[in-house]
Amino acid sequence: MSDFEPKVVAFVCNWCTYAGADLTGTSRLKYASNVKIIRFPCTGRIDFMLLLKAFANGADGIIVSGCHPNDCHYTSGNFHAKRRWIMFKELMDFMGIDMNRVTFSWVSAAEGAKWAEVVNETVTRIREMGPYVSYKELVNKTIEEEVKNE
Amino acid sequence: METTRKLIRKHSLELLYKKLSASNKVYAPVTATDKQVEYKYNPPFSDVTFDHIRSTLSVKNLVFPKVENLFIFSNSKTESSITDVNLNLLPNVVLWGSHPCDNAAFDILRSIFCWDINDEFFSKRLEKVTVIGLACHTSDDYCFCTSTGNAPNSVKGSDILLSKLSGGDYIAEFITAKGSSILASSPELFENETEEKAVIAVVNTKFSHEQVTEKLQTAFEHPFWVENSLRCIGCGACTYVCPTCACFDIQDETKGKEGRRYRSWDSCGFGLFTLHTSGHNPRHVQSQRWRQRIMHKFSYMPDRNESLGCVGCGRCSSACPVDMNISEQLEALQNI
Amino acid sequence: MNNLISRAKELLESKTVNVVIGYEAGPTGLARPAFITDSAKADKLIYDERCVQNLAVYLTKAEVKNFGKMAIVARLPVMRSIMMLISEQQVIGDNLIILGISEDNSLLDIASISVMQGYIDKCDLGNPSKDREILAELNKMTPEEKFSWWQNQFSKCIKCYACRQACPMCYCIRCTVEVNQPQWIPVQANAHGNTEWHILRAMHLAGRCISCGECGRACPVGIPCHLLTMQLADQVWNYFHVHAGTSDKMNSVLSTYEPNDKESFII
Repeated sequence: MSDFEPKVVAFVCNWCTYAGADLTGTSRLKYASNVKIIRFPCTGRIDFMLLLKAFANGADGIIVSGCHPNDCHYTSGNFHAKRRWIMFKELMDFMGIDMNRVTFSWVSAAEGAKWAEVVNETVTRIREMGPYVSYKELVNKTIEEEVKNE
Repeated sequence: METTRKLIRKHSLELLYKKLSASNKVYAPVTATDKQVEYKYNPPFSDVTFDHIRSTLSVKNLVFPKVENLFIFSNSKTESSITDVNLNLLPNVVLWGSHPCDNAAFDILRSIFCWDINDEFFSKRLEKVTVIGLACHTSDDYCFCTSTGNAPNSVKGSDILLSKLSGGDYIAEFITAKGSSILASSPELFENETEEKAVIAVVNTKFSHEQVTEKLQTAFEHPFWVENSLRCIGCGACTYVCPTCACFDIQDETKGKEGRRYRSWDSCGFGLFTLHTSGHNPRHVQSQRWRQRIMHKFSYMPDRNESLGCVGCGRCSSACPVDMNISEQLEALQNI
Repeated sequence: MNNLISRAKELLESKTVNVVIGYEAGPTGLARPAFITDSAKADKLIYDERCVQNLAVYLTKAEVKNFGKMAIVARLPVMRSIMMLISEQQVIGDNLIILGISEDNSLLDIASISVMQGYIDKCDLGNPSKDREILAELNKMTPEEKFSWWQNQFSKCIKCYACRQACPMCYCIRCTVEVNQPQWIPVQANAHGNTEWHILRAMHLAGRCISCGECGRACPVGIPCHLLTMQLADQVWNYFHVHAGTSDKMNSVLSTYEPNDKESFII
């Protein structure tokens, strides 16, 4: 697995983490290029189904990041998101779906360095974990194959 | 035509099962840990049940799977290509121990899938299936096969029909050429029939389906539908467990430049089933959907396909979370 | 039971309500939902252990709504469902007469929503004990064991949506699973489609599930999908100290927040 390059999708809010990631770049800080950033108006807009979509379409890891509590551009979007992720994590744990592949973080527009850290730490962790085989199998298993394997 | 009848001892049945599993996939019922009876491919013979009344799901997925690929497509900048599913790769399947109601359903499905255009997916799958039926020696309140022109020991749809004898051995009746070829290939497993009688379940007739069909001609606007479907919650359980319900939905699933078109079960019980793009829904309330299900099976199908759309297995009633009992409703319809 | 019948008759005769939603015995001996509009037929009403369906599911059904004023036979889970439906503005409390049934199957005198709230407050609002045991067993498993346990369950799913239709809280006219631009949930009933469907259903019921277990009971293939929402109901209590369906004015857990909500996984 030495040549395994994890695919990481980052769902970030427009106002803090996206600006933070911008700062990482303008500060000339290097970080792992495995991450694909998808910008959202707010963490409150990030539906849990998007995470599943990312996994289904080949992501090995996910980052969800937005404004620190009390800093939300829309006042409370991140608080709502927090509750949602608490529940989502509990459900995933209960179903045995590995949440170590998802990093949740608060990265403000001023935290360019933290963003680089979050990404690097996530990519390193996912690299160690290897490709997300069990979810990919789940997706690729068509009924025909299911019948064959029985 | 007179059919051949032979005795097969319980231990020979096991040998037959093993012989068939060596060259075919055998699809046989087992009792799962949660007491549900489900069909599995090649289960060990010791797990196979001979005493079930009805499996939770019908066996229609052998010929009409819950999800079935129709073709694979891929797009490039200049052209699209389509790859057909190679139906010749389908394995031979022996359906083992399915009851006469389920077996009778294959003809009904054929009348739908091959009504005007031959549905290759269905008919190729059906060709590969050999049916070793098992006459019912037990039944319950949901059973009403005798009211739909079937019987617990009907040979319709079976290639071989097994009937349990009081001593625990079985009588095998060879109905088709497919069935007789099994006898020809393993004559040592069969003996001549004795005087011993088969145990056949008693299923009382609950209604006359001819009369129901007659009544339905003028019952479209009858208040019966609204009164008797208020408790229907509009799930698809009845249609999905039904051995003869054949409605499907076609979907494309695309990933990047590649994708597949597949069909999957659908249900007339869903509001979305008839929803138009305009927003108009010709069957906008549940009573109309329930009426459609009964009408389709007991009025439209006898008209168009010359067969009843129901085999009386009683699965829809037993699966229903709110006890929409179909034989009770048909009994009532007979007298409206 | 006699009290229930006479009360139902009284309500129908005085035209206080147009329908009484209760239970009757079907031909196979099972109890099933019944809609009594004529007081002469009120004698059909039964109430015993067989009466398990959550009748609140009908309160949002178009044909039933047309009745206008109605009475509904309600044990604790039904009462809690009604509370949720009122708080989510799906049901108008004034249109409803609650024929409350206590734990020991006797008729309760529930004159108003606030009386019902008082009754609910006095009850044990946790998950039913038999489900608590299974949940405890499942929670002891390793992630791999949980994954294969659930995958084994989901492999039976045929996507008939009985779990959704039987749930009083699943009243959306168009479910996310029916939205196809974009297609959120794969339509097919295979490992992928089934897993995501059950995740979706459980998440949309997080903080709204009142632990009636109706979804699992309705499942024709016996998937204990109620355990998913019940686990979340437990977690909602652990994290936010809220039981769903305890007030007609509460906000759903996931559409509100407290600034000091505790978690340990966001860095």
